[in-house]
Amino acid sequence: MTLTDDTRTEDGPDAAPRRRGLRARLTRPGETDSLAGILVKIVVLAVVDAFALYAVFLLAAQEEWLVLALGVVLTVAVNVIYLRRDGLPAKYLAPGVLLLLVFQVFVMVYTGFIAFTNAGDGHLGNKDDAITAISTKGQERVPDSPQYQLSVLERRGELAFLLTAPDGDVTVGTSDQPQEPADDAQTDGSGKAVGLDGYTPLSFEELLQRQDEILAVAVPVSDDPADGSLRTADGSSAYEYRSNLAYDAETDTVTDSTTGTVYRDEGNGEFVSPDGDALVPGWQINVGIDNFRRAVETPQLRDSLVSVIAWTFAFSTLSVLLCFGLGLFLATVFNVPRMRGKKLYRVILILPYAFPAFLSGLVWSGMLNAEFGFINQVFFGGAQIEWLTDPWLARFSVLFVNLWLGFPYMFLVCTGALQSIPDEMSEAARMDGASPWKAFRAVKLPLLLVSVAPLLITTFAYNFNNFNVIYMLTRGGPRFDDTANDVGATDLLITMVYKVAFGTGTGRDYGLASALAIIIFVVIGVISAVLFRRTKALEDIH
Amino acid sequence: MLVNSRGALTAGVLAAASALLLSACGGSAEDDDTSKGDKGASTTLSMWVDAERAPALEDAVASFKKDKGVEVKLVIKDFQAARDDFITQVSAGEGPDLIVGPHDWVGKFVQNGVVAPLELGDKASQFEDAAVQAMTFEGKTYGLPYAIENVALVRNTALLPEPSATMDEVVAAGKKVVDAGKAKFPFLVGLDPKQGDPYHLYGIQTSYGVPVFERNAEGDYDPSKLGLGNPGGVEFAKDLAAWAKAGALNPNITGDIAKDSFNKGESPYFLTGPWNIPDMEKAGLKIAIDPIPTGGDQPASPFIGVNGFFISAKAKNALAASEFVLNYLSTEDAQDALFAQGGRPPALKASFEKAASDPVVAAFGEIGKTGSPMPAIPQMDAVWADWGATELDIIKGKADPAQAWPKMVTSVQAKVAG
Repeated sequence: MTLTDDTRTEDGPDAAPRRRGLRARLTRPGETDSLAGILVKIVVLAVVDAFALYAVFLLAAQEEWLVLALGVVLTVAVNVIYLRRDGLPAKYLAPGVLLLLVFQVFVMVYTGFIAFTNAGDGHLGNKDDAITAISTKGQERVPDSPQYQLSVLERRGELAFLLTAPDGDVTVGTSDQPQEPADDAQTDGSGKAVGLDGYTPLSFEELLQRQDEILAVAVPVSDDPADGSLRTADGSSAYEYRSNLAYDAETDTVTDSTTGTVYRDEGNGEFVSPDGDALVPGWQINVGIDNFRRAVETPQLRDSLVSVIAWTFAFSTLSVLLCFGLGLFLATVFNVPRMRGKKLYRVILILPYAFPAFLSGLVWSGMLNAEFGFINQVFFGGAQIEWLTDPWLARFSVLFVNLWLGFPYMFLVCTGALQSIPDEMSEAARMDGASPWKAFRAVKLPLLLVSVAPLLITTFAYNFNNFNVIYMLTRGGPRFDDTANDVGATDLLITMVYKVAFGTGTGRDYGLASALAIIIFVVIGVISAVLFRRTKALEDIH
Repeated sequence: MLVNSRGALTAGVLAAASALLLSACGGSAEDDDTSKGDKGASTTLSMWVDAERAPALEDAVASFKKDKGVEVKLVIKDFQAARDDFITQVSAGEGPDLIVGPHDWVGKFVQNGVVAPLELGDKASQFEDAAVQAMTFEGKTYGLPYAIENVALVRNTALLPEPSATMDEVVAAGKKVVDAGKAKFPFLVGLDPKQGDPYHLYGIQTSYGVPVFERNAEGDYDPSKLGLGNPGGVEFAKDLAAWAKAGALNPNITGDIAKDSFNKGESPYFLTGPWNIPDMEKAGLKIAIDPIPTGGDQPASPFIGVNGFFISAKAKNALAASEFVLNYLSTEDAQDALFAQGGRPPALKASFEKAASDPVVAAFGEIGKTGSPMPAIPQMDAVWADWGATELDIIKGKADPAQAWPKMVTSVQAKVAG
């Protein structure tokens, strides 16, 4: 309850004289708000509630009941927390917890959800969308049929097409009535029929207002439905179409009328013919643990998993150690009180941290070019050292660039931590006759680690998934010689997952990617949990 | 009691404030509705376009607004992300009415059902056949083409006045220039030290009878027939190794380095596309455009890329979008403007003829006629990585061409099969 005490002592002195009477009766914590505080609270809560109410209407219109219910529960919870007098800790925690829910928990739950679906290229929408797309695709223009000039007319609310064939014949028809000659139509200068007695022509603006209706009009070419129908896309020209793919809702099948093939929904999120040909697009369905099974069975993963995991651990561990080592060394050096111009040096050292990693990656990639790169040309006298294309040198290079990118952060953190360690500590050690190294090793470092260890663990987790550096520098290459798969010497688990999920088969496979991401998450989660447990032991030193 | 009344007061004020805010929002929402109600006057189309092309479209947009009263909002999108964003957003019922992009996006669009077919009708004959063919996927046309681009062999005529036909002759001629001390590199092509560049080398590869995928009778690429495994493949791989040894192919020369060196007059040849021509002219080079040199005994057929306009399958104003694409963007004026902006040979025949008064454009166009559209089938995604890496290993002399090429074919086959 330290928070409560703090608040009381902060607000107490100036609030007390004004509200002495109130205060006498209300001795409970949290009852120290000033009038301005209450007003701010009301305004902020009002904004939140107004926004929530607006969202409720929107969500209700879209029939998103689950999200709506969640939103209502959250809003009510927020109001209760801040209108209540008690429960001060909740007031402090609520915003953080909310953001955690939105940005972490939701993303994780959603990833989990996707991992059990076949979401990916070709399976993005729902079944209705897929059926619509398939039917549109099935509209085949009748071969060698003419292009008609079109005027859209209206009679008693019904739309009619007035069509002028290339040979000058004019016909009129509606969706229900096949086209019939309309020789008495009025034509414009070019010979295009534009009006007919008993019908009103539509202006372009009217066309736009009724465009959905117009696009749905299909005027039968003749009494025989097999001849197809006339449709338009732009309201000024029409073509004869025959529908090749027809969806039958009763049997839930799509039939190709030219070949007679029947495509069925076999439960794989697509219509499949008996030969195994699938119609695109399909739709998203739940596939159970299929993705996890595939993740384990993918040859690309299975064959190189051991070496990739080994390198992933080596990369993340070495990155942490090197960055921390260099950062700590520099922090210690620049913490010496006698040194002049410390601030300037510190600013310069932090610069790499200020560049976006993407940019640095690309710049380094250019500088490490074997023949034309700055490094070889300037430092190695034009020697062709294959920094990025030799397996071991490539590993060295990504570690080096990552060190360059990562040490300023450690430098900052260590500088801060060192300055918080009282000088008396090292002074006392010196008085006891310890050498500077011993004093550092036995006194400063343990104290430092207490505050820095959690950061080291998060840095480890970050580097475990350090996609940017690898992808910008080497794309995971150079490739292993002994595998036919697209896996290389510097591939981390995350870049390999990217290649597997987005670079094979027919495109992006979100389901598989999510499943793999969850597997990696479990690995990292376990490691971090174990390490955090160890840091508890460190705290005991304190 | 006081406590309770204060709580009630707070709640009351809160309710009032919320209501006030809401009514303020509600008011503006109503305004929106009324303006939307008057649909004819304020129909707007939205179109995703990259920053480079947007200015070229402004005239067409303005005349559409003047004639039809429909405004087209040009939304500048990052080209790299546009394709995937379009697929994701349209699938979710969002996204623009129109998008500008290269034809090889069509396969992915159709696979995801996000693009509407576009019947060009009699207009189709006004465009270059190759352009319409490229926009056609599984027998249906999906986009209106406006530009065709392909690579060709650019020759610095100051260094080499005469053209050569085969790759061997090209390399030999280039070496002669280098030996004479007039240039540094016999031949330049932008490769990538990490991934190779099968795109630029494809024209040479096809002269060995090794297309990436075979095409069926209708001219569509057939994903089940991988052409990379054709007998000439190993032959091509061996020649790659030989040219690399002769110094003609250097994996460390990236596109930027190649362009820079050629513009400095350091090489007689540069295998590249029309996008690098403006800078060569700025550098004051005298250039000639030669056909892609052959290695095998068949004609070289480089990839052609066709840029075009596509209509979303879920366009909110499909009719207006069709009208704009078919009757405004297909005009000579619009295509001329796009050419003036991008320098890519126009797809509309009439515009191309005007542009072809420039011999460079004419030559690129002529070579484009021998080209084959970059496959739009989604399976293409699975080919690039292995293809590039293997060519790279062969060029670097790290892999034996006779073994590496067939190994790559097996690997690609497995990936295409999923």
